[in-house]
This record gives sequence, C-alpha cells and structure tokens, in this order.
Amino acid sequence: MANDPISQFNLTELIPLQIGSTDLSFTNSSLFMVATVVLTSGFFIWATGRRGMVPSRAQSFAEMTYEFVAGMLRDSAGSEGMRFFPLVFSLFLFILVANMFGMFPYFFTVTSHVIITVALALLVFATVLIVGLMRHGLGFFKLFVPSGVPMAILPLVVAIEIISFLARPVSHSIRLFANMLAGHITLKVFAGFVVSLSSLGAVGIVGAILPMIMTVGLTALEFLVAFLQAYVFTMLTCMYLNDALHPGAH
Amino acid sequence: MKRSNTEIERSKDLERRLQDLNKRHGRDQAGKEEAEKSGPAKAGIGNAFRLSSEFISAILVGTAIGYGIDWLAGTSPWGMIVFLMLGFVAGILNVLRASGEMVSPSEDKPDASGRQNENK
Repeated sequence: MANDPISQFNLTELIPLQIGSTDLSFTNSSLFMVATVVLTSGFFIWATGRRGMVPSRAQSFAEMTYEFVAGMLRDSAGSEGMRFFPLVFSLFLFILVANMFGMFPYFFTVTSHVIITVALALLVFATVLIVGLMRHGLGFFKLFVPSGVPMAILPLVVAIEIISFLARPVSHSIRLFANMLAGHITLKVFAGFVVSLSSLGAVGIVGAILPMIMTVGLTALEFLVAFLQAYVFTMLTCMYLNDALHPGAH
Repeated sequence: MKRSNTEIERSKDLERRLQDLNKRHGRDQAGKEEAEKSGPAKAGIGNAFRLSSEFISAILVGTAIGYGIDWLAGTSPWGMIVFLMLGFVAGILNVLRASGEMVSPSEDKPDASGRQNENK
C-alpha cells in the first residue's frame, strides 16, 4: 500500500462486471459491505440462536445492543416509532460495524465514501417523506408552516423551513463521511511522520516519538468517533422519523 | 410445560442476587446508573460536528436551489443571491434548533426554554 494518505480510499475492482453501460463491478468497497452485513447478521443469528434464561456473553451483548437502540428510538419517536425499529437497528449496526472495520490497518472504510452515506441518508429522507405523506396526507406540510407567524412574513419563513428541511439529508450524510475521511487521513499523515522522521538517523528517531504518541492518541480518538458517528446518525434518524409521525408537534 | 420447583427457586434466587448487586453498586432496580454522567461528555465531539455540518449544509442547499432557479428562469445572479441569504438564515435556524434540543428539558432556564419553544 502506498504511503500517501489518500490512496487508502482508492476503489479497486475485484470482479469486473459490466451490464449494459452500467459498471456493476464488485469492488473492495462492496467486499467490506458484504463483510459488514455477514458479520452483523451472523453474530446476531448465532448469539440469539441458543436463548437462555441466563444469557450467555454473546446473547447478553446482543440484548444490550437491542436495548440501546430501542431506548434511543423510544425516547425520540415514542413507542409508535418502534415500527421503524428494523430500519434504525440495521442502520446503526451497518454504520457501526463498517466504521469499526475501517479501524483495522489495510482495511477499507466503507463509510468514508460520500456515495454510501448519501444513499443511507436519502433512504431515511425518503422514508420520512413517504411515511409522513401516507399518514398525514397534505397535513404533513404543516411541518413547513410554524404556528403563530404573521401572514406578512409567512412566505419567507416557509422558504426558510423548506431549505432547512432539504438540508437534512445533506448534513446527515456529510457529517458521517467527513468524519471518517478526515479521521483516517489525519491518522495516516501522523503515522507517515513517524516513518519519514525515523529515516533521518538518531535525531529523527528521537523526534519520531512525538508523532508516535499522537498516532496512538488519534487511534483511540478514532475509535470514539467511529462509535459516536454511528450513534449520531442513528439519533438523527430517530428524530427525523419523529417528524414523520408527528409533524404538527414541531 | 410446568417448570420444576428447583428451577423456579433458582430463578428467584438469581433475581434477588441481582437486586442486591444493583443496590450495592448504587443503581436502581432496573440496573440503570443513577446519574448518567458519561452521556453529555461523550457526545461533545458529536455535537460540535453536528452543529457545523447543519450550518454548512443549509447554506449549500440554499445556494443550490438559487442556482437552479437562475438556471431555469435565467435571472442570474439574483436567485442565487437571495437563496444564499435564505440558506444562511436556515443554517442559523438549524443550529439554534440542534443546540436547543441538546439542552436537556430538566435544566431550568426560563429565557432559554422560551426561545426554544418559539423556534419549534
């Protein structure tokens, strides 16, 4: 693998596949997405396969994860929101495990590509729109009309509200992608300092201690960010779903 | 299916021991921590990134809408200027909303909560 900090995000075709004019090649990104899905579903099937009154370690972990996401969803979208639990739980696990996969050296970080996070954010956005329109019909658009605003400035406020609503998928996706991208680049840059400094001889090796400490610290920080971004993404998904269920309450 | 007596006794015993443990560790019966101190501190970085991206994305979306209107109606550059401003306003609104939601409702700040309700 090359030493520049960007090459870790290169896509490489593992199995070239061309259907019509569409490139459907199986890339390293696809490989890690498959690995993420296989690991999560495999773990949960295995962990909940032998259910016991006294849970095993794996079962207990699976239950804790369930409780964590279920609590988050119930807090922000109410018990009504629990019908979206499969979506929210899958999103959380996919992002979390994909982020954690990215923390292995030489592994590819799926969530560091904006196309993946945009797809996930648009999925949530489309769910909110469709569910909101199906449940409330045109009443869903009350989301854009705050109560108690004078008629004179209502058009302005509605325009602002619409922009603010449309900005959601953008910020939702950019946050996750930018965090993962920036974090991995920083990590690689500091690790690169260690290598280039230590090639300068004795003084360089002493000087390389500082970026080495930084790299260790940043690795810990990256683990925190990997979890936190999965959490924030899920948290916001819950809040947006709450808008679909109760558009007037905003 | 009827569970045998010993099995019921064992599960009761387990429950009792779990409650004892929770009491000793200063947690309530459900096993929750009394004060979840780790919550806000852990979410600090997340909140920071959230606020900045909310702000930037609203400006981007506003500018994109304005550019689209210009492209369709040929009013360049006025649509972009107006919607850039609107996007800026929407960004501020987003940040206010996001930070308003971060203040927990239990904290009593009369002026802050009033503003928060106004925003919603």
